[in-house]
Amino acid sequence: MAESFELRIIEPEGDFFQGECDFLEFVSVEGEMGIYKDHIPLTTILEPCVMKIHKGEGMKKAAVLGGFLEILKTKVTVLAEDAQWPGEIDVERAKAAKKRAEERLVSKGEDVDERRAEAALKRAIARIQTVK
Amino acid sequence: MASMRDIKRRRNSIASTQQITKAMKLVSTVKLQKARTRAENSKPYFACMYQTVASMLSKVGKIDHPCLQSGSSDKKGIVVITSNRGLAGGYNSNIVKLIVDSGFEREKVRLYAVGTKGIESFARKGYEVAADYSDVLESLVYADAKEITKKLLSDFLTGEIGEIYVAYTFFKNTVSHIPTLMKLLPIDPGSMDEEKKNGAKESGEDEEEKLTLMNFEPNEEQALDLLVPKYLSSILYGAMVEAAASENGARMQAMDSATNNAQEMMEELALKYNRARQGSITQELTEIIAGAEALG
Repeated sequence: MAESFELRIIEPEGDFFQGECDFLEFVSVEGEMGIYKDHIPLTTILEPCVMKIHKGEGMKKAAVLGGFLEILKTKVTVLAEDAQWPGEIDVERAKAAKKRAEERLVSKGEDVDERRAEAALKRAIARIQTVK
Repeated sequence: MASMRDIKRRRNSIASTQQITKAMKLVSTVKLQKARTRAENSKPYFACMYQTVASMLSKVGKIDHPCLQSGSSDKKGIVVITSNRGLAGGYNSNIVKLIVDSGFEREKVRLYAVGTKGIESFARKGYEVAADYSDVLESLVYADAKEITKKLLSDFLTGEIGEIYVAYTFFKNTVSHIPTLMKLLPIDPGSMDEEKKNGAKESGEDEEEKLTLMNFEPNEEQALDLLVPKYLSSILYGAMVEAAASENGARMQAMDSATNNAQEMMEELALKYNRARQGSITQELTEIIAGAEALG
């Protein structure tokens, strides 16, 4: 049984989550990461992803759409630009957004901002996966 | 002495003005509470953001990053946050005054304005208004701050502006709002250190640990690249949330004193009206008596 650490997720509108956590999974710009207690202090940038918060037997999922996080030995702070619980996600809208972004990427038109479309695609995928 | 009818008319007009100011005061009180909660909720995010960027900067020391050096241009980009509506006392004019008295030359200032009231007075004074984001005030969301950041950064990196500031009204409490001018870019590691020391007192040990051991992934420079836009937009959002609270606070105060003023005027006029009425009665009596005497 892993020891737990303190997790706090903050978004610009206020606190999103605050509580104990045994194991935290997310995707950073460097790839997938998992954090237990007593990790080395680290600051890293988040990709839009599904954040999995493991506590005991239970696991909570949340869509975290960009931001960064700061890991200290006993405390992890996530500064998310936007975060949503599965219940708050509008799946139809996310699917539509995914389709739109994919179309834009495929069309490669001149007025398509590729980075923006990619980011939109990632956000949509993160939302859809969170609900699954 | 004004006639009774004039006084009565005046009193009625003041009474209806008072009703309006009273209603506006109530509305802004409610809005203030909302804006205030919002500002308080979002504070931890900005405090955290600021700390992280500061600790990162103190760690990387002197690195060659475009965001740490002033650009080639001597123009200063200033985001000025005012309101879209008037009747907020000195709220808007204080911000305007802040910029005018800031010592920046008018020709070297480029404004990115939020709030139509500010745009009006700056345009009259001959400042260059590069962009207008007044619509965002209607419903404040984080994405708007990101939009403004994008424009700012692209202007900064193409060299159109050399420095970025934000001018907003800091909401200290309900009665005291402080117009503030804050430098955003280039980030000045020196000034951050100082402010960080003040902040560090609260979280002494954590801070130590962060400074000595913190690693960055990807490395500092790349992380800084990714963080700077987030840093800018979070500060802008924070400034706008604070400004919204200040605006409603200022309006509440202004409307409160307007209501009190109207009350005072009404009382004065009531006195005048009664005197005029008494005067007219006395005069009528004198006339009647004089008439009766003349007949007798």
